[in-house]
Amino acid sequence: MRNLTPRRVLMTLAAPILALVVAFVITSLVLLVFGDPVGGVWETILKPPKPRQLVNIINAATVYYLSAVAVAVGFRMNLFNIGVDGQYRVAVFAAAVFAGQAWLPGWLNIIVAIIVAMVAGGLWASIAAYLKVKRGVSEVISTIMLNAIATGVVSWLLIKVADRQAGSNAVNTKTIPDSSQLNGFELIPGATNRVYTLIFLSALVGVAYWFILGKTRFGFDLRATGRSETAAVASGVNVPRMVMTAMIASGAIAGLVGMPLLFGQDHNYGTTFQSGLGFAGIAIALLGRNNAVGIVFASLLWAFLDVQANALQIQAGVAQELVFIIQGVILFAVVIAYELIRRADNRLEQARVARELAAQRTAQPATEGASA
Amino acid sequence: MSAAGLDVGTQTLAERPRSRRRYGPREWAVIAIGALAIVSILRVVTGADDLDSSGALAAAVGLAVPIGLAGLGGLWSERAGVVNIGLEGMMILGTWGAGFFGYHWGPWAGVLGAIVMGMLGGLIHAVATVTFGVDHIVSGVAINIIGLGIAKYLAARFFSGLPGGGPTQSPPVKDLPSFTLPGVSDGLLTVEKKHWFMVSDLASVLRAVCTNLSILTVIAVLLFVGTWWVLWRTAFGLRLRSVGESPVAAESLGVNVLRYKFLAVLVSGGLAGLGGGFLALVAASIYRDGQTGGRGYIGLAAMIFGNWRPGGLLTGAALFGYTDAVQLRGGAVVHAFLLLFAVILLAVGIWQVVRKGRMVQGVLAVVVGLLVGFWYFAADQVPDELTGTTPYVTTLLVLAFASQRLRMPAADGQIYRKGEGH
Repeated sequence: MRNLTPRRVLMTLAAPILALVVAFVITSLVLLVFGDPVGGVWETILKPPKPRQLVNIINAATVYYLSAVAVAVGFRMNLFNIGVDGQYRVAVFAAAVFAGQAWLPGWLNIIVAIIVAMVAGGLWASIAAYLKVKRGVSEVISTIMLNAIATGVVSWLLIKVADRQAGSNAVNTKTIPDSSQLNGFELIPGATNRVYTLIFLSALVGVAYWFILGKTRFGFDLRATGRSETAAVASGVNVPRMVMTAMIASGAIAGLVGMPLLFGQDHNYGTTFQSGLGFAGIAIALLGRNNAVGIVFASLLWAFLDVQANALQIQAGVAQELVFIIQGVILFAVVIAYELIRRADNRLEQARVARELAAQRTAQPATEGASA
Repeated sequence: MSAAGLDVGTQTLAERPRSRRRYGPREWAVIAIGALAIVSILRVVTGADDLDSSGALAAAVGLAVPIGLAGLGGLWSERAGVVNIGLEGMMILGTWGAGFFGYHWGPWAGVLGAIVMGMLGGLIHAVATVTFGVDHIVSGVAINIIGLGIAKYLAARFFSGLPGGGPTQSPPVKDLPSFTLPGVSDGLLTVEKKHWFMVSDLASVLRAVCTNLSILTVIAVLLFVGTWWVLWRTAFGLRLRSVGESPVAAESLGVNVLRYKFLAVLVSGGLAGLGGGFLALVAASIYRDGQTGGRGYIGLAAMIFGNWRPGGLLTGAALFGYTDAVQLRGGAVVHAFLLLFAVILLAVGIWQVVRKGRMVQGVLAVVVGLLVGFWYFAADQVPDELTGTTPYVTTLLVLAFASQRLRMPAADGQIYRKGEGH
């Protein structure tokens, strides 16, 4: 479908690079204005990561990748699933409760818990899908509301099922049994910590995403609906059904987001479980242009910034929340760059077509005249 | 991608041309008295005196103002056709602005600082969506990320080491003036304490608005009235709304579409920022990390609840502010409302079956009503965690049952480029 002409390649790479440059400049300006050490900040952030940090980056990217793919499934058909945040929390809570019961041994427990998570995430998303299809409620609004409702419902249920340890303030679900905890891989030499075992889950989801959206009829229908709803209807796509399917699929993938954390790190769900992964997913999906490979790079970049920023407070005396500014500016810059490049691309394309048409006209004026 | 999203399911019902009754002052008075009577009855029946105590109502007003201001911000921007998910980020910027400027140059500077910081967020949103044609939702999400980042970064940069301040909070800010009608307030309190049917309830409503009323609340009310007047009664407002309904038509009539959109988003940011400022200056007298707690989203919800109109938005903000207030004062009040919901649901269900002949909806409503009623008698109170979700559940329900009657601006969320209408 897409030809790899030099112009295409340049256009695709131009936007992210431009965005990084813009983010660098703007953040530097912010630092300058407020009198913070510009050099120190960039030195801290751009320093090559130590093996331990490298593992952290890969782990964070693993989680981000799932979140971003969940968002991207919706994006490809013009559905904004802002609700990944709520979906993954509902899902990881359900999975944690299930796995904590230890009804099944070892790996079986993990696999069934993952399925539980997907079902829970899909069900939570199906509320928004149903409201969209049957009642015409914008999924943006309904998923925002459902995020907040998820927060309330999960914290309420958490208190109900909490496994309280004497002398501890932590509120969390029952810890999953040892046999179902995953130790991870020692991928990076010299690191004491390990890469999540469930990194292969992310890889699997990535491949499935690429294959299903790019190579199957379902994926084609989905993308066609995103490009033009009327055209899709005309070619026989059942749009309401597609919306249901895509939204539930998005929710099911969102359900996976917490799994690497649950089985590889936390081993239970509690108040300290990482939050806000859904919103990062939106940004990363946009940065990666909803492309299976693009999202890999985008989530690595996001994770890199996150992990490197941890040292900002100690090494440069700057609040580590600076990284939100950098990430936000990257996001803005990249979407603006895509838009500008799309416009430029259109202009170039128009110019090319016009040139070719003009050439045709000058080449065969006689035949045209004769047939008239 | 367009923020307008898929059209599926959004086709509005073909409405029968019905003679629209305009509600005059008399109808509104009847509604107000009816509502007061219902609350009164509920108070007497359930014995939850905090249901409409002046304390609870005053707290509700205080909590409704930031929600209302954020919603008002959303109203301006969406009436001009720009969806504003970034209200939360703009509010966060506002809280920091209030804390910083308020500490250094007094509370009024804090008000100004909140507005300016909110407008900064609006400016980013306007540049991205109006000038560069970025998707509105995407830009909004980015603003929420960036707003949080800027506020936290600046707070750590400027509040660390100040007396009473720290990396996550500002030093205390002086209070803005507030009014109490001397004598009247105490007199009303006496009446309220008698718990007379209707009379005490009226007294507590009056007392809530004449005791410790912050000047910023008064300003917020004026902003509501002003917004209504500007948007619905002036040529400027007509043009602004026409930009949100049909930018192509507006441009053909010589309206500078992009300029109107830009301006509307700036105002939107300023109002959301002021909402954040209210939280910092009036509600807490301090800037604190995470102070907004998602109120930008509730503001958005209130605006949708109110059908993109100031009156409806005000109702939504009051409702959500009230649920917030009663939640903070314990679950007993929400518990009392369960009874009301049960009765309403039963009535609606029976009406659906008997008058409209809709068996499924009617039976569903009755069943849910019975369940809620059972909940009322089975439990002593509603858990706080669930009470907090009331605004969101309400909005979802309103959208689910009335979305085909709600009417958002026709070109809301669509990206417009100059000269598109050729």
